[in-house]
Order: sequence, then C-alpha cells, then structure tokens
Amino acid sequence: ASLSVLEGRDYRFERVWFWGCIQGVRGAYYIAEGLGPDRAAPRSRLYSLNCVDWSLLTPATKEMLALAEEVKGRFQGDPSFEYSLAEINAEAAARLVESGKEPVMKEEARLIATIEQIDRAVGIVPRGAFVKTPLGSVHENRHFEGLSLVEAKKLSSYFHFTDPVNLKNKTLLEKADLDPSTDFLDSLEHDIPRGSWSMQLEKGGTVVVLRSLLWLGLTFYHVPMTKQFGYVYFGTGEKNLDLPFML
Amino acid sequence: HGPYQPHEPGYGLDQPGYNPYEDEIPDPQTRMLAIKNAKAYLLKTSTKSGLNLYDHFANILTKILDEQPTNTVDIIENISKDVKWAQFRKKMDTLRDEPLISPTFEAAEKCKALFIKEFGDEHEGVEEEMGQPTLPNVMEAAFYFEQAGIGLSKDESYYIFLALKNLINVQPIQTCRFWGKILGLEMNYIIAEVQLREGEGEEEEETGEEGEGTTVEGEKETGEPGEDEEKEAEPPKSTYKPPPPIPKEPNGTGTNKYVYFVCNGPGKPWVKLPPVTPAQIVCARKIKKFFTGWLDAPIVSFPPFPGNEANYLRAQIARISAGTHVSPTGFYQFAEEEEEEEEGADTYEENPEFEPPPVAEMVESLATWAHHVKGILKQGRCVWINPVQKSEENEEEEDEEEEEEEEEEQQEERGPPLLTLISEDEGMKDIPAWSTQASTNLIPEYSVAILQSNRWPGAYAFASGGKFENIYFGWGHKYSPESYTPELPPPAEAEFPSGPEITETVDPTVEEEMAFKIAQEEALAEAEEEEDEEGEDD
Repeated sequence: ASLSVLEGRDYRFERVWFWGCIQGVRGAYYIAEGLGPDRAAPRSRLYSLNCVDWSLLTPATKEMLALAEEVKGRFQGDPSFEYSLAEINAEAAARLVESGKEPVMKEEARLIATIEQIDRAVGIVPRGAFVKTPLGSVHENRHFEGLSLVEAKKLSSYFHFTDPVNLKNKTLLEKADLDPSTDFLDSLEHDIPRGSWSMQLEKGGTVVVLRSLLWLGLTFYHVPMTKQFGYVYFGTGEKNLDLPFML
Repeated sequence: HGPYQPHEPGYGLDQPGYNPYEDEIPDPQTRMLAIKNAKAYLLKTSTKSGLNLYDHFANILTKILDEQPTNTVDIIENISKDVKWAQFRKKMDTLRDEPLISPTFEAAEKCKALFIKEFGDEHEGVEEEMGQPTLPNVMEAAFYFEQAGIGLSKDESYYIFLALKNLINVQPIQTCRFWGKILGLEMNYIIAEVQLREGEGEEEEETGEEGEGTTVEGEKETGEPGEDEEKEAEPPKSTYKPPPPIPKEPNGTGTNKYVYFVCNGPGKPWVKLPPVTPAQIVCARKIKKFFTGWLDAPIVSFPPFPGNEANYLRAQIARISAGTHVSPTGFYQFAEEEEEEEEGADTYEENPEFEPPPVAEMVESLATWAHHVKGILKQGRCVWINPVQKSEENEEEEDEEEEEEEEEEQQEERGPPLLTLISEDEGMKDIPAWSTQASTNLIPEYSVAILQSNRWPGAYAFASGGKFENIYFGWGHKYSPESYTPELPPPAEAEFPSGPEITETVDPTVEEEMAFKIAQEEALAEAEEEEDEEGEDD
C-alpha cells in the first residue's frame, strides 16, 4: 500500500514495484524500484526499514561499486553504519584519504552499490517482454503473451535486463536470426560459470522459477502463456564467490 | 480547402457517389464487377499456406476491435503475425496438445492421490486410538512463520501436510516433524524428521556391520597365503595402516537420534536417508557443494566424500540440526538430576512446569533460548569415542603397539553439554551467531519472537506463548565470512632416507674384475709354491 502512495504523490513514477529485501544482522532493508517511461533508463531506488517510510537512494557511482566489492560480510541493518576501509583494503583507504575524504564506507552506499550489482548481474526478463523502438527507448511489449511451455524451459529465452555485453560477439549467422526489436539483450545461456541458474517448474509445471546461484536469494518467476513475470531478492546481499566450487 | 483539381489525389472524394476510380469505371455495373474482382482477388488462396488475404484481414480487424489495444498501429505487424500463427496452431492442435498438457497433468494426478487417500484413512483412524503417531500441525507452524515473513505458500504447506500424513500411515512412526526444505539445482528436498517406533530399523544396521566385518577378514586371509608363496617376488608391503574408521553412533542416540525421510515434492514417494557416519560429517565440513536433487548423484570433491548425495544431505541435516535446533530455556530439562562426567545426560524430557517467558524477553536476550540437540565434536560424533579400544579386536599384537603410540596424542574431546544457552554460541568476526526480532512492533500482545541463525542462513525458530518450532529453508550451507578454500592435497610422502646401506655402488668393470682375478691367482700360486717348498723341505 505504501508503494502506491510513492507512485502517485511523490516521485511521479510510472511503475513502482517491490524489489526485495536485504537482511542485515540487526534489521532488514526493504527495497523498492521506480521506473520512468523509458524502462532502460537508470532506475530510482528507495529503501525502507519498516515498509512505511521510504527514502530515495542516489544512483550508484563507479567509485561506490569498486568500494563495495572490497567490503565483505553481512549488512548491519543500520544505514549510517560505517565500514572502516583501512582494515579491508589499505590502498583504497589511501586513495580516499588523498582525495580528502575519510576512509570509510557508509552502509547506505554499500547498499546502493549492491542493489545495482544485483540488478546488473541477475535482473532478468523473458524474451519478448520488452521491445526496443527505433528511437532507442525501451517499452513493455503490449503484445507479449508469455512464453510457451517449451520455450520457458530453455535458458536462452531469458535475458539480462542491462546493457548487453555479449551481443556483439555473436557470429553474423546468429545475428541474422535475431529480431532486433526483441533480441537486444544478453541471454542467460552464456553466463559464466555455466550452470549458475537453477530452473525449476513448480506447482505442477504451471510456474517456472529460476534461482540465481551467484547471488543466492534472487528468484525469478514466470507463468508461461501469461504476462506474469517478475523477480525478487531475499537474502543477505552477498555474492556467492564459492560458486565454482559448489557446482 | 476548395474543390480538388483532377490531378490531386483527393479529386472526387468530396462529391457523393464518387470513388477514386470513378473516372476509370463510370458504369455502376462494371463497378460492381470491379468490386467482385477485387474481392475475388482477396479471396484467392495462397498456394503455400492455404490462407487467403480476405479472411486474414477480417481476422485481424476482428481481433483488433475485440481487444482494442493501445497504439495499434505500432504493433499491427505483430498482430498480423499472431493471427497467422493462430491459424497454424489450430491445424496441428491434435498433435501438440498431448505432450504439452501431460507434465501438469501428471503432477496434478499425484497431488490428487494425496487428497484421495486422506478420505480413506479418516475412517480407519477413528477406530485405532492406541499408538496414534503425532502428526505435526504443519499449518499452525506455517501460520506462525508467515508472521515472520518466512515460509512456503499456503498451498505448498498444505500439500506437505498431506504428504506427511501419508508417510505416517506407511511407516511405523512414533513422532514426526516437518524439518524444512532444502533447495537443489534441479529439484528440491522436503525433509521430515521422524522417530521410529522401537525395534524398527535396527535390522539394517546389523547386516551392514556384519558385511563390513567379513570383508575385512576376507582381505586379510588372501593377503597371508599370497605372502607365504611368493615372498621374494612381491615388493615390500607398506607398513602404513590407515587409522581405524570411527564407528558411527547407534540409532537413537547422538547424531542418529532421528531418522530422516526426504521427498522431492509433495506427492512423490518418501525415501529414508541412511544413518550418518562420523567420517561423512568430518568430510562434509570440508566441502561445499550444491545439491542437485537426485539422491544417488555422486559428490565429486576433494577430499573425496564417502558416499553419494543422500549421505551428504544426511550429514548436512545433522550439522544443521546440531547447530540450530533451539527451544525456550526450561522447556526441556534433564531427566536425571546428576550428570555423568564425560558424556552428559543424553535424554531430556519436557518440563511440565514450564512457564513461557513473555515475547519481549525472548527477543531481547538470547539466554532465553537453549539448544536441545547435542553439538557435534570434531570427531564427527556427539559422544567421543577412543578408537584404540575398538582396534584391539582386529589387529595383531605388533600393530597394536604402534597404534597405541599414535593414538595417545589424540585427546579426549568434550563438546558443550546438552541444553546450553545459545547466548554462549560464538559469533563469526563481528556478527553474532543469532539475530532476533519480534514479528511486529505494532501489536505486541500477539507478536511472535523470531530467531534467525547467522551461522546457518535459512534456519529459523519462533516462539509464542508455549509454542515453539524450528525450521530450515535454504540451500544447506554454513555461512562463512571468508571465501571457501578447498583443502590442499596432502604433502607427498617422504622417500626412504638414503644412507650408505642402500646406496647403490657402481659395479666393478670387466678390467677391474680381471685385474682382481689375476691378483688372486697370483696370490694363490705364491701360497702353493710356499707350501710346495715347505713340503719339499720335509
């Protein structure tokens, strides 16, 4: 309910949805995302500790992302908590000190960076759900009616919803088969390491659930032959670096 | 916008009864003919697909008018494609429908079986009141966990409920509990913790041990006669004897206190997991692997895991239970008042005079919660056992002495006694071992105290009034702040130290040998001459 309030009054988003929850040691962060008319634009994110009061998060900067990779361990649950970088990475701390800032990283910044990383790495959508217009903006495909059961079982029918990295590397033959309005994103087939997605059919085969093994806790669902799909993150906000050992 | 000139495209449109081709076809009859021709053209069937344009346009327009999507002109091509596709589908319907429906159909059939059996058993259940196993109230626990924001959907909980009921009817079970769900790559596991009625399940144990005993003896016998026959040809036997395997704890105690049944989903058959051995637990601590969902899948890892996925699953379940099963302090108490020194009391029973502390207290301090499962020692068992005692039966005398010398270094291990408060659990780095919260701050009278484990992410416990329950939803791995590093392979064995006794000397060459021989013959000849001379003197 509080999300609809956000949508209408404050931020003028077209769509707002619940992104997920990052569990800290002392409390949890609930995250929501809001979108403007162009779906591929950088998204605004809001967080809340109690689902009632939402605060806007600033967009992630490269610096934040780099620093967040260094910080390991659970989130504390307190947004003003500061991680002392001197312990973790002396170089980064030194760089910060030179530029006149303190060698700490606030938990809020870490939160921003983590959400951005998760979205970039494992935010997925089914093929055909979004179309790119010739002008370059991305819209939902009104005509998308869901994947068929056969298609839904293939990893190649799901795309990362971020700027494509591997698309240009495809051979010309493959590119000829693609439809530029729907196939403008990277598919999941070529994710490294192979097998980092676990796909299951639940409820007797009516729902396809994809779980990411790289970010444990990211779950994507899709009901084939309908327009319903979505993903949500419930977890500790830590990347699973042991993945290659675990497969 | 004045009258159109003949060369402009709109000429003639503003006058009634005229159409753009009016100058070409002035005659109404020929106009009708032209219309018919146009329609006939549209109706012409394509040789490739059997469709005609007229019907296709009619279908498109019907669909558009029915659905009235926004921005139709942008998606008109897609609509056209879809209408054509729909045409194709209808023709191949009979072929395609069957395989598409069956996976859902089969799954639904299995779930239906769950429901039907329920009705059949109700009648029987009423008659027998003796020995009714306690069916856990899964729905109640699910409700409480839902307050915490954890749990499965109501549908799934209900299916699990029915599946547990089935399990109880099939197996001789005394108590049963829904332990939790472990996620896997291809399929998930639903796990039930069960105590079998006494006397059941022990037969398997004995045959297993006997089998092991006979194979060991058989090997020894074949070893000895072989040695006698070809003593010289065989390479020297290594004097390395692997440390004796630590025996597993008997059923009903320690790590094997409960028997676990798993199934891949409600409606699928329940499989009993084998009891866990200490070697498996020790190895499971060193590896970190995802479960695939197939119980007979091999675990490829280093150090090599003794067993397949069923054993690994059982070992992880044992570790999770030992680490995270808690209850409010005082709920269980020791049956006897005196504790034995080394082992501690193994049994506990419910405390009839237990008064549940208020929820706020349960949330604030961790001292209100206590473990009710014994911790697992490094050895892999709950009760430490000295392997030397067992080895005396099997080995010969000489080996015994060697073993004793080695074993003396192993010290007796003691774990924390049963019913320790969880406030004494160590945290990792700065993170405490447990996090608590109340389910809601808004209605404190009905809120539930919830405990989350940080060591095993996914383990939860709740308490409210006198009720409590533990559950696990997760991937089945322990949390470690550092990355996982696999164990390094052991260092290469040292070679036999080289000394003068075994260093090879160079064989003498032929010339040296000849020279030596000549020297010897000369010495002999001299000795003979001397003797001859002496003989002649006499």
